Amino acid sequence: MSQPEAILNEPWRTAERQHVAMQFGVWAFLATEALFFGGLFLFYAVSRYFTAVGFDIGAREADFWFGTANTIVLLTSSLTMAVGERAIKAGFVRLARGAVIATLALGATFLVVKGFEYRSDIEKDLIPGPDFPYAVRGAAQFWAFYWTATVVHAIHLTVGLGIVSRLLFVSRADLPKRWTTAVGTALYWHLVDIVWVILYPLIYLVGRP
Amino acid sequence: MTREERLHVILAPLATWAGLMGLLTVTAIYAWLPDAPIKPVVGLTIGVAKALLIALFFMQLRRSAGLVKVVSIVGIVWASFMFILTFADLLTR
Repeated sequence: MSQPEAILNEPWRTAERQHVAMQFGVWAFLATEALFFGGLFLFYAVSRYFTAVGFDIGAREADFWFGTANTIVLLTSSLTMAVGERAIKAGFVRLARGAVIATLALGATFLVVKGFEYRSDIEKDLIPGPDFPYAVRGAAQFWAFYWTATVVHAIHLTVGLGIVSRLLFVSRADLPKRWTTAVGTALYWHLVDIVWVILYPLIYLVGRP
Repeated sequence: MTREERLHVILAPLATWAGLMGLLTVTAIYAWLPDAPIKPVVGLTIGVAKALLIALFFMQLRRSAGLVKVVSIVGIVWASFMFILTFADLLTR
């Protein structure tokens, strides 16, 4: 399938090859991310296997509403990112820039909601340590997972905000020719979303009555 | 913008997003049903379904080259070794 004109980077001689190389490279990076988060998920699986009761008691404290609101925000940001990427490739620059700005706004909203959630968690002493309110084995493991996984995810999202914002610094005339850059940017952003949709049931749904 | 362009650029992502919102609604309601069975399994299965929707449609894996499809699953395969070997040990002690 022929692709639209693109600004080519070394060593690519056609837009098709540059496109496949971009996808290959980003997916290979995403494979390393699967291993990275896979280690965290393995900790979750082993901890829950050995201490299911305490793990669920800890999970009951996770705030369902903050988690669900942020899931809606992040899934919607993936929608705007997908629209932005496709609009760049199709040459609809105004729509593309609007979608990119909406993606950035939704990403920032996610971090703000996460900040309120963290404040609530800290006020309830839900940090493994001497003031942690549950002595039952497993509860602290859940919250160790919660803090590690959500902070690492938030760091990924913050990096994503930087990557997505680069698209706004491309001139309007050049933006459609940078569509392979948009492909790589969108792949990264959607990965952040995929990690979250797996974290959501593990953190916010397991402790429900 | 032609009809085909509108379909590809706006309506197709919108349909995927609607599917994701539908799955989110189902998983959230199921989690709150009293005494519903295998909640963690259902929650995780719907989570994986959402991830597949994102990968196939938002990330356009469905229309990608064969090479890209192969590399997209290697991370899952490698991570599965970690889980299989760990639980092969834990479950047979």
